[in-house]
Amino acid sequence: MKKIKKILVLPLFILLLLAVSGCGRRPEGNVYTQTKESKTIYWGVKADTRLFGLMNIKTGKIEGFEIDLANALTKQILGKNGKAEFVQTTPKTRIPLLKNGNIDAAIATMTITPERKKQVDFSTPYFNAGQSLLVKDDSDIKNIRDLNGKTAVAVKGTTAVANVKKFAPKAKVLEYDDYGQAFAALKAGQGQAMTTDNGVLAGIASENPGYKLVGGTYTTEPYGIAVNKGQNDMLKQINKALEELKANGTYHRLVVKWFSGIPGFNVKEAEGLNG
Amino acid sequence: MAKILVDNWPQFIHGFWNTVWCSLIALFFSLLLGVIFALMEVAPSKLASAIAHIYIEIFRNIPLLVITMIFYLVVPRSGIKMSGFAAGTIGLALYSSAFIAETVRAGINSVGKGQMEGARSNGMTYNQAMRYVILPQALKIVIPPLGNQFVNLIKNSSVLAFVAGFDLMYEADTIAFSSLETINTYIIVGVFYLILTLPLSYYMRYLEKRLA
Amino acid sequence: METFIHAYSWIDIRFLLQGLWVTIYVSLISIALSFVIGIILGFIRYVNIKYVSAIVGFIIDIIRNLPLLLIIFFTYFGLPELGLVTNPTVASIIALVVFEGAMVAEIVRSGIGAVDPGQMEGARSNGMTYMQAMTHVVLPQALHKMVPSLLSQFVSLVKDTSLATIIVLPELLYHAQIIYGQNSTYLIPMYIIIAVMYFIVCFSLSMFANHLQKTGW
Repeated sequence: MKKIKKILVLPLFILLLLAVSGCGRRPEGNVYTQTKESKTIYWGVKADTRLFGLMNIKTGKIEGFEIDLANALTKQILGKNGKAEFVQTTPKTRIPLLKNGNIDAAIATMTITPERKKQVDFSTPYFNAGQSLLVKDDSDIKNIRDLNGKTAVAVKGTTAVANVKKFAPKAKVLEYDDYGQAFAALKAGQGQAMTTDNGVLAGIASENPGYKLVGGTYTTEPYGIAVNKGQNDMLKQINKALEELKANGTYHRLVVKWFSGIPGFNVKEAEGLNG
Repeated sequence: MAKILVDNWPQFIHGFWNTVWCSLIALFFSLLLGVIFALMEVAPSKLASAIAHIYIEIFRNIPLLVITMIFYLVVPRSGIKMSGFAAGTIGLALYSSAFIAETVRAGINSVGKGQMEGARSNGMTYNQAMRYVILPQALKIVIPPLGNQFVNLIKNSSVLAFVAGFDLMYEADTIAFSSLETINTYIIVGVFYLILTLPLSYYMRYLEKRLA
Repeated sequence: METFIHAYSWIDIRFLLQGLWVTIYVSLISIALSFVIGIILGFIRYVNIKYVSAIVGFIIDIIRNLPLLLIIFFTYFGLPELGLVTNPTVASIIALVVFEGAMVAEIVRSGIGAVDPGQMEGARSNGMTYMQAMTHVVLPQALHKMVPSLLSQFVSLVKDTSLATIIVLPELLYHAQIIYGQNSTYLIPMYIIIAVMYFIVCFSLSMFANHLQKTGW
C-alpha cells in the first residue's frame, strides 16, 4: 500500500514545518535589544474598537488613535526606518500575549490597575478615559445607580465588571468576549445598558443612531502601554518617546484628529490636562 | 490551586449545575427530535424522508457556535426574548438531534428488513411494527453510540460561555480574570467536566463490549 | 432588502472569503496531522505495549472527554509557560490536532478491532512479519471501515475551527463578527451567509469523502 505511505509522509513534513516556524521569539530576552536588531516593534492593539483600533475591512489594516500613536512611538524609538507590526488582541488575550512574547508592548485601551500591575508594567498614562453607560435613546437609565435591578452588558477581562458591582451592586452583568459581541447583545435586548470606557462607547454611539451615552463618567480609567514584567529598557524607551511626542505636539495633534467633535467627549480631559 | 477552588466554590458549583441542567434539557429534546427525524427518514413517504434529510444535513454541517449565536442575537430581533442559557440549550438540542437522528437511523437499518416483514405479515400496521418491534431493538443497539453523543453534548455545552449562559466555562472565564490565575482555573474546570464525562464514556465502552 | 445588498458588497464578501481561507487551511493542516497522529496513537493503543499503551490510552481518554474550547485555552495560554511561543494560528492547529487526534485514535482502535482476526493469522502464516501484516493487510481494511466515522470527525473539525475566534484566529466567524461589530444592521445578513459558507465547505467535504469511499483509495 504505497498510497498509505504517501498519505502518512506528507503530514509529517507539515508537522516539521510547523515545528520550525513555531520556534521564534523568546519571552525571556530583552525586548528592547530585540526590537533594535529587527527594527520592528510588535504592538498588541484592538481591532474592534472605533476611534482606538478598528479593522478597516476595505484595506485589511487597523486604524485608530492607538495605531497612530504606536506608529509615532515606533519612529521615535527606532528612528525613521522603524517598523510597527500590529497584532490583534482582546481583553482576554492581551496579557497572555505579552507574557508569551508574541507582542513587545500592548496599546489596547488598557486601564492601569493595581491587579494588572502585578502581571505587567505600565507606561505613564497616554489617555484618560472614564467608565460610562450606553443606552437606547428612550431608556429611563440616567446614571449608574439606575442600573440596580437591571442588566448591563460588558466585556470579559475589563475593569467595567468590577466597577458595576461597586456602584450598582444589584445590577446583573452579562460578559462577552469583545465589544462587537457586547453591543450586538445590547441590540438584541439581552441587557438595558452597555458599560465600558467613554471613548469606546462614543465610538459605538457615533455609528449607531438611536443610542446615547448617559451618566457622565463615574470612574477614571487612565490608559497605559503595557510591557512584560522586567522589560525595564523597553518601558524606559516608551516613556521617553511618549514624553517627546507630548512635548513636540504630535500627541495633541493625534488626540484632536480622532476625538474632537465626538459628542460627550472632552479632549482636554482625555489628555489629562484637567487633573 | 486549592485557594482558587475554595475562594470561588459557589461560582464553580453554580456553573457546574447550569452545565448539568443545560445538558439534561438539551439531551431530552435532542433525543425526542432525533428519534422523530430518524423515523421520518426511514419512513416510506418520500416527502417525510426528504424533510428529515434536509434537517439533518443542515444541522450537521453548520457549526454549533454559529447556530447558538443565531438564536442569541438574531432571533430576539423578532421580539422573542431569549436568555443566553435558553439560546445555548436550544442550539445544543437542535445540533445534537441531527447526530442522534443519524445514530438512531443506523440502528433501525441494522435491525433488518426481515423483522419488519415478519411483523407486518402477523397483521401489524407499519406504525405498530415500528413502535413495538423495530424501535425497541434499534434503541437497544444504539445505546453506546448514543451515550457517546451525550458525552459530546456535555462537552459542546461550553458554547454557552460565548452567550453569557452562566455555565462552567463562562464562570471559568470570570474567575480566571478576577484571580488572574488563568491556567489553574481552567485546570479545575477541566476536572469538573471530567467528573461528568469520564464515567459516562467508560460506562459506554463497557456496554459496547458487553453487547458485542 | 437594501441592507442585504449593502452587506454583501464586494468589500465585505472579500473580507469574509479571507476568513474562509483561514478556516480552510487551518482545517486541512489539522485534518492531515490529526489523521497521522490518530493512526499512530490508535495503533499503540490497540497493540497493547506494556505500560505505554495504558498511559497513552489514559491520556487519550482525558483529552476526548474535555471540551475543545478548554484545550484551545490550554494550548494558547499554557504552552507559552512551557517556553513555546505560539500565535493564534499555531495554537489553534495544535489544539485541533491534539483533540481530533485523540478522537481519531479512538476510531482507529475500534476500527482495527473490527477487522477479522483471521486476516492477521492468514497474513502471518504466509510469512509476513506482524508489522507487515498490520500495514499491508489489516490497516488498509480497517481504514476502509473507518471512513464514515473519520469523515464525520473531520467535518466536525472544520466546524470546530469557529471556536478559535476566542483566541482571535482570523477565521470566517471572526471576520463576520468584525463586520457586524462595525455595522450592527449587518448582523442578520452576516449570519446567513457564513452559515451557507460553512455548509458548502462541510457538505462538499462529505461528498468528497463519499466519492473516495466509492472509488477506493
